[in-house]
Amino acid sequence: MAAVKTGAEVAGNRIAIVAVLIITLIFLAPIYWIIATSFKPRNLSTTIPPTIVFTPEISPFVKLFTKRSQLREQPTQEQLDAAPWWERIVLEGGEKVVRDGKGNVQWSAYPNRFMNSLIVAITSTVLAVGMGTITAYGFSRFKVKGEADLLFFILSTRMLPPVVVAIPMFLMYRAVGLNDTHWGLILLYTAFNLSFAVWLMKGFIDEIPKEYEEAALVDGYTRMQAFFKIVIPEAATGIAATAVFCFITAWNEYAFALIMTNRRAQTAPPFIPSQVGSGLPDWTVIAAGTFLFLLPVAIFTFLLRNHLLRGMSFGAIRK
Amino acid sequence: MATAVIETLDPKSRAASRGMSDIAIRNLFIIPTIAFLIIFNIFPLLYSLGYSFTDFRASTNAPANFVGLQNYRELLNDPFIWTNFSITAKYVIVSVTGQVVVGFGVALLLNRDIPFKGLITTLLLLPMMLSMAVVGLFWKLLYDPSFGIINHVLGLGTFEWLSNADMALYAVAITDIWMWSPFVMLLSLAGLSAVPKHLYEAAAIDRAGSLYTFFRITLPLVAPILMIAIIFRTMEAFKTFDLAYILTSQPTTEVISIRLYKMAFQEWQTGRSSALAYIVLIMILAITNIYVKYLNKVKER
Repeated sequence: MAAVKTGAEVAGNRIAIVAVLIITLIFLAPIYWIIATSFKPRNLSTTIPPTIVFTPEISPFVKLFTKRSQLREQPTQEQLDAAPWWERIVLEGGEKVVRDGKGNVQWSAYPNRFMNSLIVAITSTVLAVGMGTITAYGFSRFKVKGEADLLFFILSTRMLPPVVVAIPMFLMYRAVGLNDTHWGLILLYTAFNLSFAVWLMKGFIDEIPKEYEEAALVDGYTRMQAFFKIVIPEAATGIAATAVFCFITAWNEYAFALIMTNRRAQTAPPFIPSQVGSGLPDWTVIAAGTFLFLLPVAIFTFLLRNHLLRGMSFGAIRK
Repeated sequence: MATAVIETLDPKSRAASRGMSDIAIRNLFIIPTIAFLIIFNIFPLLYSLGYSFTDFRASTNAPANFVGLQNYRELLNDPFIWTNFSITAKYVIVSVTGQVVVGFGVALLLNRDIPFKGLITTLLLLPMMLSMAVVGLFWKLLYDPSFGIINHVLGLGTFEWLSNADMALYAVAITDIWMWSPFVMLLSLAGLSAVPKHLYEAAAIDRAGSLYTFFRITLPLVAPILMIAIIFRTMEAFKTFDLAYILTSQPTTEVISIRLYKMAFQEWQTGRSSALAYIVLIMILAITNIYVKYLNKVKER
């Protein structure tokens, strides 16, 4: 650009900035609406017109975690005084928290599904990144016959539509008893993420100069020692970025989870939509569940911001 | 394939004399991954290839009968399947075009000095990182004819989005555009920032118009990366399942993945759905092939 900006250019820039701000607000509006709804009292979640200004409350989160039943009549003052603060919110809304014979609060299915998501996403990430890193090193440093074809094969497994793979996998899992188990999903997600991890890690390892390991080999390291003591620490950032990508993919996955699990191992993505059945759903509880579910990904996105381009292009485009 | 892996390596390499040989390490590092992917992707596909020639139904204990190419013949002659394919094609065109227009447009706007550019870019990228199924579900509330915020803001009264047979596919595409324009934007920004500044300076000296500059300098140089974004999004839109499945149950939004899912797991026509899966698979592999060629091309630059 010319050093001195013309008046038209400055005006153009201002218009562009305003446009960018408006677009950003539009893009964030649905996310804002999820967060806002998760702090609304139920009767304000589906008003005509939509309620934009309201006093936030955390009753949706209390409801999200507990089983409740409808109260026949208004709660008495004694009931209200006896209840802990979080239960009082539910009582005031005309519901009571279900307890078992010993007085323990009955949890809803949500924390269980959330835990399933965590178990499956973390385990499959560790497996995929572990295997992906060593395979990427193999491709990066050694001559492999038919390397291009093998790498294409590896990437092509990632492109398979989940429903296509799910048909035979469902039958195979049924035969070996892996349907609706954590391991069933973990292995599927590992396979899915493995190809991605190989491609991304190969890019990161290619960037580490070979001379580092060669120097170590001269110093008497074995190839294995050189790999673990030189390459792995050098690739730490890449490994972390790859891991976050794999985690997010596994965390968000829906189709396999829908087909392969129904109760015990069900993760949050198929569970959250299943709450919207017939009748009027309580959108505040769904929003609360959605908000907590999206939170880790939002945090990771910020941590990952400088690696997004690379991850999204399978390591092909670096900045 | 195994023989392809176990082959020559430079035997003179230094580490060959100490510890594990390089060949042993290479095989140890590569073969398990290849084997794992074969077990979890290729073997199942062979398994379903076998079933695609039978009338097997996973919901019964009846043994599978070999029916030859009947499933394929019937599927390819089934007008309903072609409807599903044309719905998918329409969805791909609407959704990918929207993503390219919005994504590339925003990238052009962002490609200048803007306060808090990093923060704004990251915020704009957020939608694509979120779960399609979970966020998609919430769009049901946004699209609601009476208490949805979209109709309220746009002043559309009680306009039906998702329960309107003609509109539902566009509604799904709009949500998809919201989620994935950021992807096109991200790649376009990378392409735009790689355009050498001196080209613009030269164009300015020649008093080239901004349209001329855009079509003769910007677009050709960004094109390869933009192509990657377009092919990748085409492939993903072709496979789309989550959003359309969650948002509506209109026959007009039954893309091919949903048809496949219903055939396999609701109607339990295992044999026939395996055949359909193969037809879809061949199409996907064709697109993947083009995609990888482009990836490698851009990589070489």
